Amino acid sequence: MADVKIGAYICKGCGLGDRLDTAQLAKIATSEGKAAVAREHEFLCNAEGVAMIQNDIDNEGVNRVVIGACSRRAKTDAFNFEGVAIGRANLREGVIWIRPDTDEARETTQEMADDYMRMGCMEVRHMTPPAANEEASRNPNILIAGGGISGMTAALEAAAAGYPVTIVEKSGQLGGAAAGFHRRVPDRAPYADPMETGIDEMARSIEENPNITVHLNSRIAKTSGAPGRFSADIATESGSTRTENFGAIIMATGFTPYDASQLPEFAYGKSPDVVDQMGLEKLVKEADGGAIKRPSDGKPVERVVFVQCAGQRSDKKGHLPYCSGHCCVTSIKQAMYFKDQNPQIDTNVIYTDLRTPGAPGEDFYRSGQRKGVTFTKGKVSEVVPGGSALQVKFKDLILDDDVSEEADLVVLATGLVPNSGVDIDPQVAAKAEEGEEGESAQEAKVEIPVESILNLDYRQGPDLPHLKYGFNDSHFICFPYETRRTGIYTAGPVRRPMDIAQAREDATGAALKAIQALENASLGRAAHPRSGDLSFPSFRKEGCTQCKRCTVECPFGAIDEDEQRYPQFNEARCRRCGTCMGACPVRVISFENYSVDTVGQQIKNIDIPDEFSEKPRILVLACENDAYPALDMASMKHIEYSAFARVIPVRCLGSVNTIWVTDALNSGYDGVILMGCQKGDNYQCHFVKGSEMAHYRMSKIDDTLTQLNLETERVKTYEVAITDIQRAPQLINEMAETIEKIGMSPFKF
Amino acid sequence: MSDLNTQMVEQYRNSFLREVEANVEEGDWVKMCMQCGVCSGSCPFGPHWEHPPQELFMMIRAGKREEVLTSSSMWMCTSCYNCIVRCPRELPITHIMHGLATYAKRLGMAPKEQPTMKFAQKFWDNLSKTGRVNELKLGISLYFMNGFSEGVKTSLKMKDIGLNMMKAKRLNPMEAVGGHKCKDAKGLQAILKKAQEIEEGRIANSGYAK
Repeated sequence: MADVKIGAYICKGCGLGDRLDTAQLAKIATSEGKAAVAREHEFLCNAEGVAMIQNDIDNEGVNRVVIGACSRRAKTDAFNFEGVAIGRANLREGVIWIRPDTDEARETTQEMADDYMRMGCMEVRHMTPPAANEEASRNPNILIAGGGISGMTAALEAAAAGYPVTIVEKSGQLGGAAAGFHRRVPDRAPYADPMETGIDEMARSIEENPNITVHLNSRIAKTSGAPGRFSADIATESGSTRTENFGAIIMATGFTPYDASQLPEFAYGKSPDVVDQMGLEKLVKEADGGAIKRPSDGKPVERVVFVQCAGQRSDKKGHLPYCSGHCCVTSIKQAMYFKDQNPQIDTNVIYTDLRTPGAPGEDFYRSGQRKGVTFTKGKVSEVVPGGSALQVKFKDLILDDDVSEEADLVVLATGLVPNSGVDIDPQVAAKAEEGEEGESAQEAKVEIPVESILNLDYRQGPDLPHLKYGFNDSHFICFPYETRRTGIYTAGPVRRPMDIAQAREDATGAALKAIQALENASLGRAAHPRSGDLSFPSFRKEGCTQCKRCTVECPFGAIDEDEQRYPQFNEARCRRCGTCMGACPVRVISFENYSVDTVGQQIKNIDIPDEFSEKPRILVLACENDAYPALDMASMKHIEYSAFARVIPVRCLGSVNTIWVTDALNSGYDGVILMGCQKGDNYQCHFVKGSEMAHYRMSKIDDTLTQLNLETERVKTYEVAITDIQRAPQLINEMAETIEKIGMSPFKF
Repeated sequence: MSDLNTQMVEQYRNSFLREVEANVEEGDWVKMCMQCGVCSGSCPFGPHWEHPPQELFMMIRAGKREEVLTSSSMWMCTSCYNCIVRCPRELPITHIMHGLATYAKRLGMAPKEQPTMKFAQKFWDNLSKTGRVNELKLGISLYFMNGFSEGVKTSLKMKDIGLNMMKAKRLNPMEAVGGHKCKDAKGLQAILKKAQEIEEGRIANSGYAK
């Protein structure tokens, strides 16, 4: 660390100069923080202040910059210096805005600022300016698994943006499920009539596009690598395999229609006149513009009943627990096939909740009603095959009546099952076998033979992780296309149930994300959510015990194992969350600008007053994505919290190594609060599993506390959302009250 | 069963919805109901109806011809127009209720002792005779609507109000004999007769050709 030269810059603007003794802060920076240069400035973020810092970097050899001013979330454009490590001591949002401007509070407020100054200096002392990933390589090719609506849309969009695309399609033709449709639900005003699917046109423009290569009757036998350097073996049915390299991958493998033969109560399979929605499309295609005939005896259909939610939205064994999203509008469309041909045909749609997503859906529903399609709110219990007609038995939910209706043809709206590959999450599987909750999840699970789609050679498994009901996990709230495998994006119904219009939109988004990922990879930068981050994890091989926790706990499957069974970090796959760093029991994993030391040294260098001073210290490790901004916003509202708290932002709560907590307790902190994001199925964690991991690890902390003879209340882990502006400071104050009650920590030296 | 009723049953067989669309004023709106229930919730008489509007519409679609037409529900409508104002699908619900009532009466299926229907008939007869409403006769005929002894009782109960109204010149006792008329009562009756003919002709020729 011979060449470390710290420059500390303290701003006196925004009231900092009035409230704090900045000269003392500068003194602390030089004496305790070992800063070579410490300067105060009236208005640090203006051009003059920034120029002053830049001048020190250029002429004084300052390579570590500590800015004692506002929160690290503010003025990021001004305080952005190339080639140096930057630390921010949060004196404004973290100190003066959350403390009252009174004489009594002055002392503790100044102590708070002093500590943040020390922490800032210690953080940068242990940081190195990140350099780009050496592994970086650019490959503009995009691989798309699946040639349906989603796959074709993604291909056309990516090709139009100038990126070569390869489509791998399992079947012998492009079009996927939609190729079997007679017409599609309209996507333009007045949303009144079914329209042409446009599949042929799309397939034609794909064939004509020199940027798109299509492999039919093919599958992906193996995928390896990382964004910017994926390698895929494309195997054709005939047995030949070719290996190609890609920058990014889009998985648009769509869905399989639910197997209606699992619904014996609706006579599917018993009577040929009971069909599913795909079956009806086939009948209509066969009729080729003529009267639609029923399969049993070829008699033109005069009465048709549509049974909505057949085997869906049900917790019965073998049924789909979710809504497939498209079936209501699809049934309306199919009823129109009949009504448009002959208004005298009776069409009855029996539904429990008619769901027609979006404004166009409502218009389409109204158009169906105008055409004379009858909509009955009811629950179908049984379809009984009779001599000349089927009897549909249902309960009319408006009239509270058990009714039987005759029909020539019954169409079951059976929904979709995602082609999402093998469920690789062993935790989920293990949980499903255990508890009660697990049991219902297992019942709800539909047994379909699954073969892997991507055949990834990743250590964590061959496919993308699932979230629920077999759909691939993608960050629903913040980053809908992002899966848990960097550089591989899902689009269409494999991600969540959706119709054609939504799938096209989805595919366009995924194509753009794929382009972004491969371009980021070529520059050695992270993809979302730390987009542009150049740092990446490295590990000290001599210290590694090969325990595999990092390879198992990485939410993104970025870490493989090399031949000697050491972890192999695939930088381009890494999202830089630091969950591996938090997992490592021997603490050998670190980033250039974020490591066990950058935080650990901050913790150790806070001034801890003795036991009798009545000045406790509370360490707050707050997720920089949600909890830290929540605290910042609280301070903007001048919501006060304890002057004894010291807040350190962390990349993700998953990166919190338990050593930080143990060290803090050992060095005399009275309380530790961990603030992460919401976990579970409705997670808000930017890194999906980080918060969950942290909560799991912290559930074991009680043993440590008991060993140290400390009260377990001294360590608390919370889920804090970015909107918890009132609650986040409240949690800190609660801890301060708790400490008042249970007394100070005995570990102060 | 009236002749018209038999004819309609024949013509529409199972599709009561089609029958309603063709024969009931604003009946072609019934299919547009989306069963949200706002009309039923908005109706001030809601709890007193056997079948609120939403349910009537569902019954029509379900082909419950007999139940709908013999129901007293649509006769309960007070024309407050709350339902029309609130219907998200903009169905003219009040008009449909009156249309259904009229159609039921025309078929002879309306409930026999329906007071609203009785009153409406008396009002119409009273009005169409002279072209002017004879309030004294209409009032008294209403008192005696449910029998002689009840009529006497009601008359005695209302006596003071009647006398005060006379004093205030709001009620003319001479209306009991003849009463006032419009200028050309005969002409008015001819107009009404013609209108009736046109209406019946329309009914006879309406409906889907099956």
